[in-house]
Amino acid sequence: MSAVRLLPYADFLGIRVVHQDGGSPLLAMSYSEGLIGAPGRLHGGAIAGLLEIAAIAAIDATLEEPDDPRTRFKPINVTVDYMRPGKPVETFARGVVVRVGSRIGSVHVEAWQEDPAKPIAAAQMKLLIAQKAEG
Amino acid sequence: MSGLDPVSGSRGIPPAALVVVRSLPYARVMSDAAPAFDLPALLRGARSGHAVALGAQYVAHGEDWCELALPYDRRLISDLATGVLASGPIVSIMDTAAGLAVALKRGAMETIVTLDLRIDYLRPAHPGRRVHGRCRCYRLTRRIAFVEGTAHDGDPDDPVARMAGSFLFNDGPAPARAA
Repeated sequence: MSAVRLLPYADFLGIRVVHQDGGSPLLAMSYSEGLIGAPGRLHGGAIAGLLEIAAIAAIDATLEEPDDPRTRFKPINVTVDYMRPGKPVETFARGVVVRVGSRIGSVHVEAWQEDPAKPIAAAQMKLLIAQKAEG
Repeated sequence: MSGLDPVSGSRGIPPAALVVVRSLPYARVMSDAAPAFDLPALLRGARSGHAVALGAQYVAHGEDWCELALPYDRRLISDLATGVLASGPIVSIMDTAAGLAVALKRGAMETIVTLDLRIDYLRPAHPGRRVHGRCRCYRLTRRIAFVEGTAHDGDPDDPVARMAGSFLFNDGPAPARAA
């Protein structure tokens, strides 16, 4: 799962792949003090970071050659909706690929804590899928 | 730490000490009411949390805007081969600057809840450059604030990202809801 493992930023946030059963990988972000925004709440930017990494991981898993180090994912845009306060606990995220073509991938991602049915945030993200040679 | 060159990066100095003050005194920035809080002092005093972990720095503010900056940091890249900064840290400084812009326009430091954010990534930030995020609260209603922002890595006319978001702040008790 190099799309996540190769991201130093994923390490910075404390994100790991929990499991990957052929579909979109499930990611988890361990709680740490460096994720806090308002007192006792996760920072919206840290939650957005988790959602974006889950979106990239979801697209990568659909490719013919996942983990290909030549593949580049360039974010085009992201819309994040925050639905519940992020508690200082472990947070999970998984993307659902809406559409992936040869160049553009579109993903819906949700993040939750105790209950997947009660997401704390959701995002819609579009990415450009490129090969290294395209720069 | 106000003598520290804001562009010079960390060199092992604790991130909180890197918050650099180079704004005008409040008396000149806030023309009408006296400020309810001193933003530079507040940020200088921050010792923990996500913005401190990222190494975010205070740059400047006005009566409805705030500018922060994020020094280049290899821990925050998304691509080992190119060294390009991940997009998530840009969201983080934009979200933080947006919340501060709302607080400045309201004249009170309070908990501000992000309802939603949209960010367009116009181009990758150049590896090695500090990224600035500047947000302006352009509209306040009784409960909701609307914010727009731009991120750049040296030239404000060549931005790396544009942001729009809406925020909720607490202003007295919420209206009663039918059970």
